[in-house]
Amino acid sequence: MVDLIVNGTPHTLDIPDGVPLIFTLRNTLGLKSVKLGCALEQCGACKVLADGEPVLSCVALTESFKGRRIETLEGLERDAVLHPVQSALLGENAAQCGYCLSGILMAAKALFDRTAAPSGAEIREALDDHLCRCGAQPRILRALERLAGHG
Amino acid sequence: MAELPASLKRNPDLDRWVQIEPRDAIVIRTGKVEIGQGILTALTAIAAEELDVLPARVRVETAVTGRSPNELITAGSMSVEDSGSALRQACAHARRIMLERAAVDLGVEVAALRVVDGEIGVPGANRTVSYWDVQGGRPFGVKIEECISEKSPDRYRLVGKGIARVDLPAKIRGEAVFVHDLAMPGLLHARVVRPPGYHYRLGAFDRTRLDGDEALAALIVDGSFIAVVAEDEHAAIRLMERAARAASWRQIAALEVPEQMSEFLRAHEAGAYPVVDGVPREAPLPVLQPPNGSTAVRASYARPYVMHASLAPSAAAALWDGGRLTVWSHSQGIELLAPTLAKVLGMGAAQVTVVHAQGAGAYGHNGADDVALDAALCARALPGRPVLLKWTRQQEHQWEPYGPAMCIDLEAHVDANGRVQAWSHDVWSFTHVGRPMPFHEGSELVAAWHLEKSFARVPPAPRLGPEVGIHRNAWPLYRFPQTRVVKRFVKDSPLRTSSLRGLGAHANVFAIESFMDELAMVASADPIEFRMRHVEDPRARDVIERVVAMAQRDAAVPSPCASGRGIGVARYKNQQCYAAVIVEVDVDLASAQIRAKRVWIAADAGRVVDPDGIVNQLEGGAVQSLSWTLKEAVTFDRDGVTSVDWDSYPILRFSEVPIVTTELIDRPHMRSLGAGEATQGPTAAAVANAVAAATGIRVRSLPLTPAQLRVSASG
Repeated sequence: MVDLIVNGTPHTLDIPDGVPLIFTLRNTLGLKSVKLGCALEQCGACKVLADGEPVLSCVALTESFKGRRIETLEGLERDAVLHPVQSALLGENAAQCGYCLSGILMAAKALFDRTAAPSGAEIREALDDHLCRCGAQPRILRALERLAGHG
Repeated sequence: MAELPASLKRNPDLDRWVQIEPRDAIVIRTGKVEIGQGILTALTAIAAEELDVLPARVRVETAVTGRSPNELITAGSMSVEDSGSALRQACAHARRIMLERAAVDLGVEVAALRVVDGEIGVPGANRTVSYWDVQGGRPFGVKIEECISEKSPDRYRLVGKGIARVDLPAKIRGEAVFVHDLAMPGLLHARVVRPPGYHYRLGAFDRTRLDGDEALAALIVDGSFIAVVAEDEHAAIRLMERAARAASWRQIAALEVPEQMSEFLRAHEAGAYPVVDGVPREAPLPVLQPPNGSTAVRASYARPYVMHASLAPSAAAALWDGGRLTVWSHSQGIELLAPTLAKVLGMGAAQVTVVHAQGAGAYGHNGADDVALDAALCARALPGRPVLLKWTRQQEHQWEPYGPAMCIDLEAHVDANGRVQAWSHDVWSFTHVGRPMPFHEGSELVAAWHLEKSFARVPPAPRLGPEVGIHRNAWPLYRFPQTRVVKRFVKDSPLRTSSLRGLGAHANVFAIESFMDELAMVASADPIEFRMRHVEDPRARDVIERVVAMAQRDAAVPSPCASGRGIGVARYKNQQCYAAVIVEVDVDLASAQIRAKRVWIAADAGRVVDPDGIVNQLEGGAVQSLSWTLKEAVTFDRDGVTSVDWDSYPILRFSEVPIVTTELIDRPHMRSLGAGEATQGPTAAAVANAVAAATGIRVRSLPLTPAQLRVSASG
């Protein structure tokens, strides 16, 4: 049995050892925002937060998160109000296909939790392990820089 | 009256396009699919505009074979041109029919009626009837045979201004919108085991290796095709790994690894076709007749194989009920995929339904169609159970059809006044069209080559349509007294190839626009002014002037590196969107690293439906082209492809992305022009020209890596 607190809700899950966290989140808990991109910790699509810290969920095993607080994109919205990082990207239409968004939004959330007004360089650094093949990066950067109060 | 849009001619039944729901809503259908290009938003705006309803009342139904209008394929930046023009006309018909009914009900003339959010009435009068009163829940039962007048662009409220993107809120919230996220009762998960490379066949398979794994729902070993199906996804991966260890493969041939790809292309030419105005012909090759006293300039350019490299692995779901097959697929050509699947599976075309489900951006023909057959083969082994199959990252990188390698020889003769008097362009490449072709012998789907009852690959053939494949944008934008263009088709590619965003336009424009800068130098002219000497088309002149003005407003950023700016210009397919791109680069002379700092884009896409959507496409295309241009080349050895993940095939990262500024020249009274691929070529050339401006080094082979820059500097 694995105890996890996911988006504020405690779960006791019957998950055998050796199952990557992504499959527990997506398939056991139905949290489909967590995206399978490479399963090699190379693209960032599967990023979630564990105790507020960004982690890639595609390789790390579920049992290594026992007792920890996991946040996924589904948990960002409160009372039907989007989280500021979500509103920022929506406001700039900062996406094309949107497959990379979930991981990027989680990385951005962790960054803005840590510092309310990150610099442009800090934003780029926080997102640098995320790939976007559509080329939406300029918009994503613009949206987050605006949220941070630049321009 | 104007001619009917081609999509409407093919699908004249109005009910295929527009359906008035019983209450307050309107469903529209399209054969085009969302691939991140924002087509659902553009079509919603077009329908809401023509029908005078709020966009929120319009819902675009997912494309399904046999139900949606058959528009063959979503490709070539044709979505707004094809589906948009057809849907606008269909909505105009729907509106007229409903107004005629309302006129009878209200006892007034049609001409006196106005529509406000679907409420029809005479301005000032109290009594109104709605679309839903006169048509709700009822089919139109009408075939569209002629074009009627549409709403005047002068009265547009939505088109040209844009509406909120319809697909984005669900994606921002992380809802299950992709085929990868499908959830159905009884869903099984599958993975496929591929051979180590193209030229391998299964030698032996030790089934006992999978014995005792209770999660195994099915093991399919058919010829050299191997797949596993399991109750849960993690088990499917475990079983895939066990099955891979259970298989022994034999290599039936080595992969051919050319030392010099350009020489390989030239040596393996299988047909040469003169191109005039973008159209290849089967005719003797023209011979350039350079005028006396002109200076001859020659240069050769090349690009390697380039990958689509979608961020998501290709995936599909399939359900076989014993008689019918339903497949959920992110294919760009569901109408071609359905009969292709039927052929391989030995079924009637009518027994196969393909439902479009979104995938990650594909940028052309990637593994979407292949994985659909993989999933179907699994589903056939488990009647009544839906099966969801995803490729691994390594399979995606290794098995997708790549954008083919290309090489281009250019020659120009410049007179004493600095004018090009004669121009010659020879382009060699493999096929850019490897999509499923259900009506050809053989099959283009990977699994079909591996089955016991295997299908041969469809032999590549030269495409002689206007602006197709290899010769796309080989015809120059510029007007010269003599222009000679030759398409040179190379049949046998070491690697599998098909359509990648822009097709031949990427390398052709890279070559032409690089060469224009080289010629300007020969003529001692400014590169912009030199282009303007040779451009007649006023719309092309406008985008050049606009982008130059945009870049001039921004002073060069001081930098310790060598800095420079360069331009690239093209009209996509010589008939779609005009784009002029200026790129500013920094080159670190010690490391030979090139960094694109800023990009300015000016474009003319005719009548703009969704300005932000077009800007997004142009910018995204430019960033993707920067990635191709600076970093990307598929590598391979005798055993197979060695670019198998994001480490061995790096792409542009957030830290390397430039600031991009885009302006559109709107032409509301002109035809909408597809824009999704317009910046691929111009951006590549702009980078090379900027590098030459910064360093004096001319790089003619992509990608512009530090190693390539050093080679070009010494050669």
